[in-house]
Amino acid sequence: MLNNKRMILAHFWLAFGLFGVALVLGAWQMFIRSPLHPWLQDPELYYRSVTEHGTVMGYVFPTLIAMGFGYAVTELALKRPLIGVRWAWAGFILLALGAVTASVPVALGLASVLYTFYPPMIGNVFYYLGVVLVVVGSWIWVALMSVNFTAWKRANPGQPVPLAMFATTVGAYLWGWTAVGAATEVLFQILPAAFGLTSTINAGLARVFFSWTLHAIVYFWLMPAYIAYYTIVPRAIGGRLYSDAMARVSFILFLVVAMPIGLHHLFADPQVGSGFKFVQSVFTAFVSVPTLLTVFTICASVEVAGRLRGGKGVFGWIAKLPWDNPQMLAVALSFVMLGFGGAGGLINMSYQLDQPVHNTQWITGHFHLIFGGAIVIMYFAIAYDLWPQLTGRALANWRMMRWQLWLWFIGMIVTTFPWHFAGLIGMPRRMAYFDYSNPAIHPEAILVTASAIGGFILVISAILFFVVLLQGHRSPKIRHEEYRFSRPVHEAQRIPVALNSVALWVVLMIALTVTNYGYPIAQLLARSDGAVPVIPIGASR
Amino acid sequence: MNEESLFSLRNPWFRAGVGAAVAVFVVSAIIGFVWLPSAQSDPGFQGLWNAICSAAGVARDWHPGGSIVPPRYKTSEVELTPHMLDGATRLSIGRGATLSLRCTMCHGPQGISYANSPNLAGQYAGAIYKELEDFRSGARTSAVMSPMVADLSDNDMRDVAAYYASLPPPRPVQGTAPAIVVFGAPLRNIPACATCHGDIDHTTGAPLLDGLPAAYTQAQLAAFANGSRHNDFSEQMRNIARNMTPEEIDASAAWYASLQRR
Repeated sequence: MLNNKRMILAHFWLAFGLFGVALVLGAWQMFIRSPLHPWLQDPELYYRSVTEHGTVMGYVFPTLIAMGFGYAVTELALKRPLIGVRWAWAGFILLALGAVTASVPVALGLASVLYTFYPPMIGNVFYYLGVVLVVVGSWIWVALMSVNFTAWKRANPGQPVPLAMFATTVGAYLWGWTAVGAATEVLFQILPAAFGLTSTINAGLARVFFSWTLHAIVYFWLMPAYIAYYTIVPRAIGGRLYSDAMARVSFILFLVVAMPIGLHHLFADPQVGSGFKFVQSVFTAFVSVPTLLTVFTICASVEVAGRLRGGKGVFGWIAKLPWDNPQMLAVALSFVMLGFGGAGGLINMSYQLDQPVHNTQWITGHFHLIFGGAIVIMYFAIAYDLWPQLTGRALANWRMMRWQLWLWFIGMIVTTFPWHFAGLIGMPRRMAYFDYSNPAIHPEAILVTASAIGGFILVISAILFFVVLLQGHRSPKIRHEEYRFSRPVHEAQRIPVALNSVALWVVLMIALTVTNYGYPIAQLLARSDGAVPVIPIGASR
Repeated sequence: MNEESLFSLRNPWFRAGVGAAVAVFVVSAIIGFVWLPSAQSDPGFQGLWNAICSAAGVARDWHPGGSIVPPRYKTSEVELTPHMLDGATRLSIGRGATLSLRCTMCHGPQGISYANSPNLAGQYAGAIYKELEDFRSGARTSAVMSPMVADLSDNDMRDVAAYYASLPPPRPVQGTAPAIVVFGAPLRNIPACATCHGDIDHTTGAPLLDGLPAAYTQAQLAAFANGSRHNDFSEQMRNIARNMTPEEIDASAAWYASLQRR
């Protein structure tokens, strides 16, 4: 039973509304730097747009989804009202304020530094203050997840915490710790420069701090999608979760190994030793383990559904799956994108293989396929599943949902596959302009054109998504049905304490952060010659 | 099982979790800090301790002691800041006007040249001061200019700069500037001329080019390209001029020359 429908709906609507704006900006960016449009002539407009697109899609949108979904999971899984509703509203208001505070200077062209900040570029101070508000708002959510998790455990000693709540709490702790890196960078390095208190910045150190956040943030984005794989999809398609324990192990592995691996973003940076890059490369490889465990478990759970529906033989169960069900379609399309994106990710994380693709369009293609594709399509699925609970009205237009999911999938493939290829033939990322008449660059023209078309398909899909949700607010009221998450094949009455608590794994996460980041950070802090002059962006000279 | 026994070697999850994390770290550290560096033949990687320090990123002095190679020619020693020459007094401008009498033969009585030498009217004071100082120090050489500045004091050069900066500059004409002037050529690392030389923006020390005779611009770009002129900071103009095509040089020179004289 949801007690705080308005609060959760507020999170989802703000998230999707901002997502819609940022998506249009993204499509525009694809268009204006493609051969379909003459040169923009003012590259600053392009970087302004990229900054807003990244800030919304990277910080605000997934954070709001994780928060709203987390509050819903807390009430639906623990079957008790959320503790700290006022705090939750406060967090939401901080996020909304932060999004506006950060967006205004970006729109004015005062902070075109891209969402990854890139010191020594320094933008308007309000941009960073806005991002800080977003992070502080999300930390309130982290605290609330922890409080609700602990309170339920105290009230139900020895009982297994429902999987959805366990995973949400794991995601919250992961975000709580991983945000510390970028927060340190912003509070102690960037803000003093943005306020004009210092005129130099240790850009190398700042990049190391940002890498602390930069990779695990992806797993924070990914958590709601994985929670939906395990706890929504099997139920929605009439199956059962193959293994509850395997699910917990996967989330725990994400918590432990998603954090101490961010240096693989800095393979080309000189300020970190090669030994630490190699160690983090190895740990990055281990992130594939929980993903492969998840693929196995979910495929097995889907097979259970297929066989329950009368599927026979090695592959016969596949045909029996409820393919008209949007949840079934979403998970299948998400897995295809996760497969391709994951394969590309294995290349990025390899110390040697990364060299030919580092800082090329391959990377942008990669994270759009994983995040924009595999993860965001599950955000849609989450919205489709929760909307009837939130509005008390039916969401019955499955046909339009299927169109929307297919278009998102096709759009994302058409956008990202040529994007990868453009990177392979050497096209750098973060460029406002390419002269396609240059013979060396000409082969990229057709690829960029295809990507731009993919971007427009994504916009059409998003329009359908909004139509489905708005229809949901106007459709007839339905009788309330108890919401439930998927049930495992074997329901254990007791589970090992290690799979029912996060203390051990949080300690391991922090310990590995110290071993893998301690020396590089300490060394850069100790050096006196690392500071470079800041470059103000958008300031009058 | 209670919470206390979670952090205990008797708990198999504790043993497996901590054990696996330690094992992965130790094995990858041995490979990354010992084995992989051993493949390097640099002296800095020889020996176990050297290998570990190198892989950890301990800063080394790879080229010890005074390895900065001085250029074979004199480079500019002028240090300019954006507002260094602001606020010239009437006295300074007047002194500059007197001193400028020796300049008029080439640069014109009002700082507008009729002899394919640069216009100085309305020129940025910093740009004039820098070039005078470079001629004096020998960073830039000219059979005409070098003797002219030999006896100028630092104060004289500031006064001359202040005088010419006080004169009204040529008025820009309306028209469409060539691409090299407004956009540059990003693929060849050439920024737009107008980002440093006025119109879009101005960089300290860069001269205003409006009304500059085409022959002079072409000659200077050629001199930058072949290195015979080398008083630009950090080779900025040499790197740009080397990458410009002859068509771009002609187009930019023609554009700036076309800007109307008073």
